[in-house]
Amino acid sequence: MNTSFLIELTVLILAAFLGVEVISKVPTLLHTPLMSGTNAIHGIVLVGAIVVAGIPGQPLWLHIVTLAAVALGTGNVVGGFVVTDRMLEMFKRRKPTPAEEAEQQK
Amino acid sequence: MIVASVSRSDWIELAYIVAIVCFILALRFLSNPAHARKGNWIGAFGMAVAIVATFFIAGLKNIPAIIIVMAIAAPVGAYAARAVKMTAMPQMVALFNGVGGGAAALISLADFHERAPAPDRLALSTSVAVVLSALIGSISFMGSMVAFAKLQELIGGRPIQYPGQQYANLTLMGAIVGLSIAIIAGYEHQWVLGVIIIGSLAFGALFVLPIGGADMPVVIALLNAFTGVATALTGFVLHQNVLIVSGMLVGASGTLLTLMMARAMGRSVANVLFGAFGTLQVTAAQVEAAGGAVRPTTPEDVAVMLAYGQRVVIVPGYGLAVAQAQHAVRELATELEKKGVDVKYAIHPVAGRMPGHMNVLLAEANVPYDQLKEMEEINPAFDQTDVALVIGANDVTNPAARNDPGSPIYGMPILNVDHAQNVVVLKRSMNPGFAGIDNPLFVDPKTVMLFGDAKSSVEKLVSAVKQV
Repeated sequence: MNTSFLIELTVLILAAFLGVEVISKVPTLLHTPLMSGTNAIHGIVLVGAIVVAGIPGQPLWLHIVTLAAVALGTGNVVGGFVVTDRMLEMFKRRKPTPAEEAEQQK
Repeated sequence: MIVASVSRSDWIELAYIVAIVCFILALRFLSNPAHARKGNWIGAFGMAVAIVATFFIAGLKNIPAIIIVMAIAAPVGAYAARAVKMTAMPQMVALFNGVGGGAAALISLADFHERAPAPDRLALSTSVAVVLSALIGSISFMGSMVAFAKLQELIGGRPIQYPGQQYANLTLMGAIVGLSIAIIAGYEHQWVLGVIIIGSLAFGALFVLPIGGADMPVVIALLNAFTGVATALTGFVLHQNVLIVSGMLVGASGTLLTLMMARAMGRSVANVLFGAFGTLQVTAAQVEAAGGAVRPTTPEDVAVMLAYGQRVVIVPGYGLAVAQAQHAVRELATELEKKGVDVKYAIHPVAGRMPGHMNVLLAEANVPYDQLKEMEEINPAFDQTDVALVIGANDVTNPAARNDPGSPIYGMPILNVDHAQNVVVLKRSMNPGFAGIDNPLFVDPKTVMLFGDAKSSVEKLVSAVKQV
């Protein structure tokens, strides 16, 4: 096995543990934004799509395939973040009643 | 294909590290609803940094074409995300999930074309990553598309089954695995990968088709994990750590959600996916044994019961989403609060069609999130609840899950609405729930039923409460 693969494998495993650690702190209240937020994050696949679409000298069919990947990746990124923002915008705390506000000011 | 690995400058790598940190922060900020939105913007910033940096890779060609495609796709994505109704959110999540998986599969196909057939065999790690990202990405793409079609009701939401289905799926999977092994063993031909992709697309469709609507939260979470893992594998193919880390974060998230959703159903993931749950039937005899007939009631009677109660707990289910009754429910809660009634919402983890579905739906109707209570928190409170108002929820309130070892949902944690003093069930008609199970709650002596469309029933309740 080559070193670069072993380093990548290490990174993968650390990321898995980090992911479990961070995500177990997300409340069930926000599970839908979590799904759509992680959806946006895997839109990073667009970076890979740009790289393969930028390979010179491809036959036409492959050109179409890689540009399709760019299109899918772009839709994934933009749509993912916009939908998540729309959702999170809606989550609001209860406005304190006038009595509670007076309580807080004391 | 040497472009990707060699000619990235250190600056580009540093930009990718910035992106990774932003993504982790975005997920961390999600632990608190007050900061979550800011976190999403940090994530978007990181993404922008990574994308811009990618264009500086030396030797990258076709840049104008790439930018044109992005310039067309970006507004389409933004428009779709803006235009979609909150009630259509599960479909939208499935759709965006699918396109990511599809992109991952196409990337491996393109990369494999560059590398193979080569005079030297591919490194084992590369061929495994290429094959797996094509396979998992394709399953995720087609599975998500079928989930989308089901949720959008383009095809029926009920499980689609035929005899020998499991064997057909197993045979197909066996063939896909066989071809994958052929590539990994050195038979590096493009047509083989092409067949693997087509087979995986078919498998993705066949795998989601038999799964019923009530099990969708598990499926959506699982497909989310698949796309994450496919993205991480693409990172191995292209030697990009940013893809490995981001993909794996998503993979971990999706896996965790899948396990949580399955646990909230009291079943194993395998049982949800292959259990053919929808075919199980409970005889009417079991319901009759539970105590006889249902008692229909009128909005006026319910309004009196609610207005003179001290504590009311609203239990929403998928029926609320279908009827789009969330705004009417919010209005009802406001009217009751004006009369001094304490109103809370009891949210079951698998109520609806995706993890957290009811929370987004009610948040859209401006229900403050501190009124939305999780199952563990609200269950002890049902004993002191005067009225539990069940709106379009069924299986998640079914006491058979607690009491009846013969019930197909026995063992599923439920909302203990039957512990409340009174139970009011709003239901379209006397049909069993989506899982096809009759609910003894409906014939409980404490329960009255208000039949009709959830939205119009709640609206009638609102005007009746105003007149109390």
